[in-house]
Amino acid sequence: MTMRATTEGFATRLVLITVAMLFLGFFLLLPLVAVFSEALKQGIGGFIEHVDTPDAWAAIRLTLLIAAISVPLNIVFGIAASWAITKFSFPGKSLLITLIDLPFSVSPVVSGLIFVLLFGANGLFGAWLAEHDLKIIFAVPGIVLATVFITFPFVARELIPLMMEQGKDDEEAALSLGASGWQTFWHVTLPNIRWGLLYGVLLCNARAMGEFGAVSVVSGHIRGETNTMPLHVEILYNEYDFVGAFAVASLLACLALVTLVAKSVLEWRFDLHGGAKH
Amino acid sequence: MIRVQNITKRFGDYAALHGIDLEIQDGEFIALLGPSGSGKTTLLRIIAGLEFQDSGEVFFNGEDVSQRKVADRQVGFVFQQYALFRHMTVAENVAFGLSVKSRRERPSKAEIRARADELLRLVQLEGLGKRYPGQLSGGQRQRVALARALAIEPKLLLLDEPFGALDAKVRKDLRRWLRDLHKQMGLTSIFVTHDQEEALELADRVVVMDHGRIEQIGRPEEIYMDPATPFVSHFVGETNRLAGPSGGEIHFRPHDVELVAEGGQAVLVDNVFRKGGFWRVEGVAGDALVEIDVDAALPAPAVGETLRFAPTRQRQF
Repeated sequence: MTMRATTEGFATRLVLITVAMLFLGFFLLLPLVAVFSEALKQGIGGFIEHVDTPDAWAAIRLTLLIAAISVPLNIVFGIAASWAITKFSFPGKSLLITLIDLPFSVSPVVSGLIFVLLFGANGLFGAWLAEHDLKIIFAVPGIVLATVFITFPFVARELIPLMMEQGKDDEEAALSLGASGWQTFWHVTLPNIRWGLLYGVLLCNARAMGEFGAVSVVSGHIRGETNTMPLHVEILYNEYDFVGAFAVASLLACLALVTLVAKSVLEWRFDLHGGAKH
Repeated sequence: MIRVQNITKRFGDYAALHGIDLEIQDGEFIALLGPSGSGKTTLLRIIAGLEFQDSGEVFFNGEDVSQRKVADRQVGFVFQQYALFRHMTVAENVAFGLSVKSRRERPSKAEIRARADELLRLVQLEGLGKRYPGQLSGGQRQRVALARALAIEPKLLLLDEPFGALDAKVRKDLRRWLRDLHKQMGLTSIFVTHDQEEALELADRVVVMDHGRIEQIGRPEEIYMDPATPFVSHFVGETNRLAGPSGGEIHFRPHDVELVAEGGQAVLVDNVFRKGGFWRVEGVAGDALVEIDVDAALPAPAVGETLRFAPTRQRQF
């Protein structure tokens, strides 16, 4: 055996690798297999039959709608926040950096409750909303709000370190060559951050479609109206419709797998670019 | 003509520039020389419009441009790390300043391409237009950055530590080449450097800065031979410092000494090595470390020997 800087023997390495593999197998692979095998228990036909219900389609449509609204909002927010944090200095900057992490550190249920407290019937703005016949809690706007809140760190957290590292020389160079702010953003900043941005969007999207806790609090679980896919899975499961529950769950699992593959591809591209940075 | 008038700048509690006054004639090649933290880069960025002064004015040909943004000052700026756009080809980088012009002023695509080719020829990078910055060497990138800055036909070229990231050999070639280019194009140029050799070799006039103040402005010869302050004397060139007979300090260059039989200053030799046509003698004189040059035609002084020397040219501060 050749000498290595790390001196762990063969046995140590074997044990570590085995532990890691067993852990992954038990906690990740096994459940994944279980989801698909339960979903396909009655064959492809049974699978389709259970997914092809009005309620399931409504849940899928709602989930896509929520993602389609909250992901673009968080792209805009994420770019704006990272831009502000990395290119300017202003009072409250460190507070903003801390606040961006808030959704990660707060329990999703609490996040949901915040919106109920603000916009619910007895909430801060409840009376005003009722007066103007606006419905937020137990309706789509509430779900969007909760999802935006939960997912807003993803894009910003990808971009801040990246933009920090890149500095503002490129932007200043573009400006000194006569480019406008918008031209600078479009031709210089955006191409510089595109892979990091895509990566953040991917994670943001996966979470937006998969979020349960916060959405569960604000949704009201109205079938065919305010049920997203994760909520629909729970309802089906509670009604002992196991095949249905797992069928819808398997769709979400597919989303996770697609995200994983796309993430790996991006990481590869990212590294390729990072390596040839200068 | 560039005129900088009473410029001050603070970053929070830190005063970067205290009342800077400076006049630069057309066609001059100016070095802003100083240690890090001297404010030289801040001054350059204020002249460019990348940073804004807290008070004072900047005039270009008598016109107050103090409030104008960098995009409206028509200056070429070359960044220390080049700041090339890595997702664009070399030709696209060079053409950037032309292609972002408003439709009314923008030359046609063919004209822009021709202009980029012409600039690449000027910086001796013909045929590399289709490469990406990542595929070029440091010296080549530096020249692309220069070509890109020249594309907007600036009257004033500003360079921030233009040779800082290059190795010694490339640096030397590029220095000479830059001076030729400056003359050939009739530019007014200002560059920032912490390397006194670079400043003395390249510039028509050197502005020596320290702690946000200008210590001295002068031709390289004046700066070297007639430093106005102890800081300049110490920072530019090699300088020995001895306590003066009537207080203060006496400064002299290692090469401005002669050996004497008696009198003068005694120095106990610590170390001797050849430096070109001289023996460089390092030793202790009183309680100060001194370095003096002794003609290499003479036998090398021995370590432990005591020499006596007298400065032939010295300054009292």
